[in-house]
Amino acid sequence: MSTIAQKRGFASTIWDYLTTVDHKKIAILYLIAGGFFFLLGGIEAMLIRIQLAVPNNDFVSAGFYNELLTMHGTTMIFLAAMPLLLGFMNAIMPLQIGARDVAFPFINALGFWLFFFGGVFLNLSWFLGGAPDAGWTSYASLSLASEGHGIDFYALGLQISGFGTLMGGINFLVTIINMRAPGMTYMRMPLFTWTTFVASALILFAFPPLTASIFMLTFDRMFGANFFNVAAGGNTIIWEHFFWIFGHPEVYILILPAFGIFSEIFATFSRKRLFGYSSMVFATVLIGFLGFMVWAHHMFTVGLGPVANAIFAVATMAIAVPTGIKIFNWLLTIWGGSIKFTVPMIYAVAFIPSFVMGGVTGVMQAAAPADYQYHDSYFIVAHFHYVIVGGVVLALLAGTHFYWPKMFGTMLSEKIGKFTFFFFFVGFHLTFFVQHFLGLMGMPRRVWTFLPGQGLDTGNLVSSVGAAFMAIGVVSLLVNIVITTMKNERVGNDPWGDGRTLEWALPSPAPFYNFKQLPLVRGLDAYWLEKMEGKDTLTPAEPIGDIHMPNPSFVPVVISFGLFVAAFGAMYQVDDKPWAIPVLIIGLAITFGAMLYRSIKDDHGFHIHKEDLMEDDDDNKGVKA
Amino acid sequence: MVNNQSNTNNPRLDYEYRRRKNAEGMRIQVATFTLMIFFTVISFAAVAAGFSKWFVIPVILLLAVIQVGFQLYYFMHMGEKGHEAPSMFMWSGIGVAFLTILAFVTIIWW
Ligand code: HEM
Ligand SMILES: [Cu+2]
Repeated sequence: MSTIAQKRGFASTIWDYLTTVDHKKIAILYLIAGGFFFLLGGIEAMLIRIQLAVPNNDFVSAGFYNELLTMHGTTMIFLAAMPLLLGFMNAIMPLQIGARDVAFPFINALGFWLFFFGGVFLNLSWFLGGAPDAGWTSYASLSLASEGHGIDFYALGLQISGFGTLMGGINFLVTIINMRAPGMTYMRMPLFTWTTFVASALILFAFPPLTASIFMLTFDRMFGANFFNVAAGGNTIIWEHFFWIFGHPEVYILILPAFGIFSEIFATFSRKRLFGYSSMVFATVLIGFLGFMVWAHHMFTVGLGPVANAIFAVATMAIAVPTGIKIFNWLLTIWGGSIKFTVPMIYAVAFIPSFVMGGVTGVMQAAAPADYQYHDSYFIVAHFHYVIVGGVVLALLAGTHFYWPKMFGTMLSEKIGKFTFFFFFVGFHLTFFVQHFLGLMGMPRRVWTFLPGQGLDTGNLVSSVGAAFMAIGVVSLLVNIVITTMKNERVGNDPWGDGRTLEWALPSPAPFYNFKQLPLVRGLDAYWLEKMEGKDTLTPAEPIGDIHMPNPSFVPVVISFGLFVAAFGAMYQVDDKPWAIPVLIIGLAITFGAMLYRSIKDDHGFHIHKEDLMEDDDDNKGVKA
Repeated sequence: MVNNQSNTNNPRLDYEYRRRKNAEGMRIQVATFTLMIFFTVISFAAVAAGFSKWFVIPVILLLAVIQVGFQLYYFMHMGEKGHEAPSMFMWSGIGVAFLTILAFVTIIWW
């Protein structure tokens, strides 16, 4: 195995990606697949906004509207935002801690393919008799009553992709605990690594409740169980609890990595150490803990009783404290810094007021009695879009610009980037700011249309115009990506010039073994420290030696594909199709057969030899790590 | 195993240390094992004696919790060096599960 890149044909590139276990390539896969689902969710959103642009509209039917709305939410959360974040974690976190790969490269690939096949399965519902239509929360009474196979697609698709996410989370935890470079203590980890760590822990604890509840839903719908069926002695509220025990940590799974990306950007472009690093770490961990004690704030109107509502209201408000700590630390990082307004930094600065607005409405909703007014109105829609779009999506866009050179070796155009930012940001506030007032005026969420002359017309029109602005922003980002890729102007290790953490000491993109020699980390912002001492390379912690690497493998695709097939069988046996049970069995046989194959076949990987590494060195003088 | 690696070049020293440590470990294991059997006997006896269920169930649960602790800390060596991360995650998991059950018991089923 030579380390020198060879020119490859198209087919062999595809095969390379199908079998890769390299965290950097898996990151690119996550980015492509997540990006695709993001566009899909975006199209669904545009259709929703067209329908709601004017009163009494019949652009789409009521039933189709429910499908659009459900798939928009489900796609954006499970198939776009989370995978895109997992993509950045894969791309950057191992480099930030000075590791050569994640702890379980095979599991990493398996995680991606499970997510991918789960997502494809869910979206095939559009072509196979209708998408799920009970909202992304899929409350049990409604989802049990839903006809057709929509909800079955939801349950099985999310189950499969949820397995993938869970594996990803466990993998990152083990990687961060075990594979940090010499000297990389916990309190020297970059903040993006810290937030990845806590978000992964949240995945570890939050996904099992989701798995359990979807499992029960699957059995209720497909195999005649009655967990949620009140008429048969079940309890429909249990779904709500399980869903939100998962669901609230889930929103922190999304926002914490976003916080991490912004923390890196603030420090880099203020050219200052992150203010209050240890309090940032503390706040991140605290948010993680509190995130599990607040789920019932989504259920204030269910009738849990005043004591339960009060407890959960207070716990919810408490989360605003660590979040506030973070906001102030970012402000103080910028304060007195020598600021460079690059595109990522513009996003970061714009994020602060946007996210704070979402936080403030959150605290308003946390007051249980007041929430009776807000609940299930457009006010809630405004709240969570302010935190998710104003927080998570801005971070994804900022991270795309910031890390693009590290992932692909080229710089996205700053000029088009500013154009993207302008349209997206203005569009975002146009779309969602008025929704606060629509909600307060009484417009319920998840409605197909509304009547004229109730004061809702103008607001909804403004909102739809804003959505068009956001679409222009996203399209311009795509144009930017195409232009940048065509131009293909390669950049060096530290294209922003102010990189602080280990990844910026590596070539862009990093070689497939990441670090020729594992670096010695001597403090927070290890690369910055070296630069301050006039060096442009890291201090090695070991002599050059052979590097052990895992072999590529096609097995993850096969394992995931088997579950994909089995899901069809499980779903259609409800209709007494004779082929359904055989398909279910064949699918499971593929999965378990592939797992068996993987278990009994020895695969020891391969070594990159010292001589090849040395040779590599002569090719690109001065770029080593 | 990582835990058994010596950090000295003197094999003799290391051997002596491990011998002493193993002997001590064995003593504790036997002691906890005896205790666990004893707890099990108490549980069975409590049921057989026909006390009120408001007494028996909490006692059995309590003894069960203690036994799990013994299992984790003395038989599976969770308290030893190098096990901090797994034990933290296990405790967090137990915490989350406990909270969930507590909430279910108090606000759904009662
Ligand atoms: C200061 C922090 C926050 C507080 C106090 C807070 C509070 C709340 C409350 C009380 C609700 C329920 C309202 C209702 O349905 O009546 C809610 C809904 C929601 N929040 Fe937040 N929140 C906060 C931050 C966040 C963040 C950071 C995110 C995501 C990144 C988020 C995402 C959501 C979502 C998605 C919903 C609606 C779920 C649904 O019903 O579909 N929140 N929030
Ligand atoms: Cu919540």
